Amino acid sequence: MDPVIGKYIGAGLACIGMGGAGVGVGNIFAHYLAAALRNPSAADGQFARLIFGFAVTEALAIFSLLIALLLLFAV
Amino acid sequence: MADPIHQFEIKKIATLGHVGGVEIAFTNSAAFMFAAVMLIAGGILLATVSRNPVPGRYRSAVEIIYEFVADMVRQGAGEAGMRFFPLVFTLFSFILVLNLFGMIPGFFTVTSHIIIAVALALIVFTTVIGYGFKQHGLHFLKLFVPSGIPIYILPLVVLIEVISFLSRPLSHSVRLFANMLAGHITLKVFAGFIGMLATGLGVFGFVVGLLPLGMTVALTALELLVAVLQAYVFAMLTCIYLNDALHPGH
Repeated sequence: MDPVIGKYIGAGLACIGMGGAGVGVGNIFAHYLAAALRNPSAADGQFARLIFGFAVTEALAIFSLLIALLLLFAV
Repeated sequence: MADPIHQFEIKKIATLGHVGGVEIAFTNSAAFMFAAVMLIAGGILLATVSRNPVPGRYRSAVEIIYEFVADMVRQGAGEAGMRFFPLVFTLFSFILVLNLFGMIPGFFTVTSHIIIAVALALIVFTTVIGYGFKQHGLHFLKLFVPSGIPIYILPLVVLIEVISFLSRPLSHSVRLFANMLAGHITLKVFAGFIGMLATGLGVFGFVVGLLPLGMTVALTALELLVAVLQAYVFAMLTCIYLNDALHPGH
């Protein structure tokens, strides 16, 4: 098989990792919303933590995207 | 269809000279950065010209932005973190204005280039390391050794902490760059569908073309949200990383 084909397949496979991070980010916002509806007065104070959790989870999606970009443009 | 990557092209405006065979040029990217800095500096200077103790409408708006960032720093890095307020405010306003510049049709999106995002993230990273060692000496390394961990898994935890610390500038910068790049490509692709339908299918294409047009409008609204959110996320993560330099002992 032509190695170039493997490069593109690998880039596509690397993007599967973003699906997992998508589940994680969805989970974070779902739980925030559920908790915010139970106790709306405490919701605003936790917004920064919500964004922090979102950013840390999203970092994993970024790593898989980075692998895809590296395969496409750097290898 | 128009090439969706074409919008990120860096164009040379004027040559400033050569350094070691590499051309140093004034580009459209640099021009937009100058424009952003002038807009921010001018806008804030204008708000502080009046000596009237009662703020007007415009000055109130600027004060709201100031207080917003100040609250972010106090929450993320504590009262001691306020010495880094100028850094965080500069990063926040710079990224916010550049992201919003990118939303204006025909404007260049400076933050969609990884070199800009990496430079900004490395400023934060080196500040954290430099200030941490200057303030705490070798005690700064306690950052990598959380307290209350059993001794037999401590080496593994330290390894993970070190890796997560070193990967910070990577995720910090790629988050900003990837969000802006992907958002603008998506917008361009959907906008390209309208032209393709209108030219390819005639009158019927104009009717069907309303679907991607609606999608483009909705995506533009989403991209405005992302532009503000990414500036906020970048500034807030800066506060959290600076917190490690200020209080490394967890």
